[in-house]
Amino acid sequence: MTPAPDPEPNPLVEGLERLPVHPTALVIFGATGDLAKRKLLPALYNLAHEGALPERFGLVGTSRSEMSHDEFRQQAIQSVRQFSRRVPDENVLAKLFAEVRYVPGAFDDDGVYAGLAEVLGELDASAGLPLNRCFYLSTAPTFFPVIVDQLGRHDLARRDGTEVRVIIEKPFGRSLEEAQALNARVLSVFGEEQVFRIDHYLGKETVQNVLALRFANTLFEPLWNRNYIDNVQITASEDIGIGTRAGYYDTAGALRDLVQNHMLQLLSLLCMEPPIAFEADPVRDEKVKVLRAIRAPTIADVAEMAVRAQYAPGIAAGEAAPGYLEEAGVPAGSTTETYAALRLEVHNWRWAGVPMYLRTGKRLARKVTEIAVTLKAVPHVAFQSPEMSGGVRPNVLVLTVQPNEGVSLSIGAKIPGSRMEIRTVNMEFLYGTAFLSQSPEAYERLIIDAMRGDATLFTRNDEVEAQWRICDPIVKAWEQAPGPLPQYPAGSQGPAEASSLLIGDSRWRMI
Amino acid sequence: MSTIDAVWNERDTSPGAIEEALRRLVSECHASMKACVPARTLNLVCVVDREWSGEIANRLRRVGRYHASRTVVCAVEPRRTTIDAQATVSVEGDARSGEFAAMRELVIVSLGERHLADLDTIVDPLVVTDLRTAVWAPHGHPEAVDALTTGRTGGAPIAQVVLTDSVDEPDPRPGLARECELAGRSEVVDLAWLRCTPWRERLAAAYDPPQRRGELQKLSKISVRYGHDSLVSGLLLVGWLCTQLGWRPDALTRHGTLLRGRARARRGEVELRLEPFEGMAVPGLAGVETRSDNGALLALERGEGGLTARRREPPTLGHDDVYEHVWTVLGASRGEPGILGEGIRHALMHDPTFNSALDAARRLLG
Repeated sequence: MTPAPDPEPNPLVEGLERLPVHPTALVIFGATGDLAKRKLLPALYNLAHEGALPERFGLVGTSRSEMSHDEFRQQAIQSVRQFSRRVPDENVLAKLFAEVRYVPGAFDDDGVYAGLAEVLGELDASAGLPLNRCFYLSTAPTFFPVIVDQLGRHDLARRDGTEVRVIIEKPFGRSLEEAQALNARVLSVFGEEQVFRIDHYLGKETVQNVLALRFANTLFEPLWNRNYIDNVQITASEDIGIGTRAGYYDTAGALRDLVQNHMLQLLSLLCMEPPIAFEADPVRDEKVKVLRAIRAPTIADVAEMAVRAQYAPGIAAGEAAPGYLEEAGVPAGSTTETYAALRLEVHNWRWAGVPMYLRTGKRLARKVTEIAVTLKAVPHVAFQSPEMSGGVRPNVLVLTVQPNEGVSLSIGAKIPGSRMEIRTVNMEFLYGTAFLSQSPEAYERLIIDAMRGDATLFTRNDEVEAQWRICDPIVKAWEQAPGPLPQYPAGSQGPAEASSLLIGDSRWRMI
Repeated sequence: MSTIDAVWNERDTSPGAIEEALRRLVSECHASMKACVPARTLNLVCVVDREWSGEIANRLRRVGRYHASRTVVCAVEPRRTTIDAQATVSVEGDARSGEFAAMRELVIVSLGERHLADLDTIVDPLVVTDLRTAVWAPHGHPEAVDALTTGRTGGAPIAQVVLTDSVDEPDPRPGLARECELAGRSEVVDLAWLRCTPWRERLAAAYDPPQRRGELQKLSKISVRYGHDSLVSGLLLVGWLCTQLGWRPDALTRHGTLLRGRARARRGEVELRLEPFEGMAVPGLAGVETRSDNGALLALERGEGGLTARRREPPTLGHDDVYEHVWTVLGASRGEPGILGEGIRHALMHDPTFNSALDAARRLLG
């Protein structure tokens, strides 16, 4: 591929809120699947509504289902009407899908790729210029290597004068070995700069705000180290069960589903050193350093630093809720964990000795995703009687990712009155009360970034492998020691066994 | 969906009493429902004629989600000598368990023309401290805007942002001069400029592909059609092109309804044309066309579901054919009611290109 010469800067983009994206054709593999219907097609509509799509944009769907261009168009329109975050403007909706193309067939079928090459050529001709190409792999993970190989074999992975990119959905492998093998396959066809591995958590505004909070404020950074921080708790809990996802979930489990990707991303953002620039590689370099500073446990270590459990029948939201094993589609005697808690340590100068607690689970008391940073206690309490000083608690900084996005800092304050009694109060910042803009859906941000070639919010190959290096021994240890798993009642705070991970006086925060 | 309204009003009152009442209403609202929390995004001070305040209230109601967290409406009656006030704290939203609903605070202050020169001393206690404050005076009242944007005895002004709509100015020349004066001391958000934004975005996008960027240096003619008294939107768009592309414009001359002139670019002259378009019921631009000296053309027109774009490619060496492509640049119209909301949203932002576009627009008028 001949590298394009650096173009003259475009003086018309200065000051614009929405930067132009190069004319692009987006090909969605698995275009009739659930993710495409619920997230991708509505995200494309919302981008079109806001005028954020490239001025020349072509959409091609491909999947195994036999259907015509028109049938796919109708299905796409229906998906937007059903799942879009805003009521669609029918004119925009009709125009967005007016020229949509659909190529049916199996992903290993050469005919699919010949068909894609043909419709992509037509889109170029219609636009009057060669469009960038973006292949979105929204299929079952088993097809990722097949599609990538086929794109390479059919000469669709590179093209002179334009950019070709591939977006790969999670999960990126089910183990370190699989992730390495998949990386090798992908990178034998595409360059790393062409590959965009999705972790949709990174598209969330509040996750990106972890970096703003840390690196745009002098208040926190001086405290952000082992001298002042006692422990960190990252929680991603859901109040619902697995619903209709038993097929996927029972083969994944809580560790693979959330810890290996989303929660380790949150941990890396929280612990990373300041990047030299907010650009893809400087940011990802720092995140990878954090992951590498977490020692991979040996299989023997796992019992000391990880707890798994499964939800049992209980009461959730006032109603009887089934246990995991009673959910539709779950195999009898399944030992898949629906709860995972870990204690990790980042072995570097900044974080040595600070326990990092991660927990995630289904059917817990409440849906919440948060990072709680507990500072060390004051070295000396000057208030003499214990009853007066009983309210002096360590400060806790809580960054809530969902549902009430914001930041809360607990501080000790004097209770009004003649006695010097202390109580903890909260300083609260809620996004919804401070900004006029509505946060875009994570997929809207990520699709545009990928089309623009900005990989800052995507996971790099070494990052994925570093994540798996931490989680792989835990997966193996749990596979070697099958059930019965500890249980926790649906609607509860989780299993009692999780407390065994905590060091000293630490307690799990209430979910 | 739950709604809470807490209301206070008083005749012949004082700014201190209004401020105290606001504090109490906010506390009462929060006490009655813990999920109700005060929003802290923007103070908006509206200075309006009392007799037209209903129309302004309607416009403010239609801004959608981009409303200021505290709105202070100063309703001016010519001969009034005392101040009456009504404060309302309302909560709209679904304050379900575990989620919050933001409060909206509205103060209507009835006052006289005699109060306007010192309006800052009345408004100061009524705005939330340390929050950006915008002033909008759709019925004129320049003395009120001056009072709020000029710091008393060298102090910081109450308002940092002035919201304007040049379309409302009967004569664009003094309107732009006043806007330049305000821009010298405040951030100006002109709704006429915001109506140009989709056009600016599309022009920027059209010339963004690397193979097209060189065409910017070959532009030889810019034609803008504007609707419904929106000459200033057209001038700002042309002014923006001039400053961003390094052209030096001369004053335009009038030929009937057409304004025509030239700008000097590095490669030669660029012809500039602005003409009214009668078929548009709303303010804004109707179309923009750029031509290059090699025969290339780009035309953008308002259309359903976005802008209709037409590009004519010039003949190339060995190919005499002229190719023409027509397509729709997708985007939903926010509609004229939405433009005020956009203005409020932009009060929190900074556009580094506006002031220079404004200067160039003023030069174009001569």
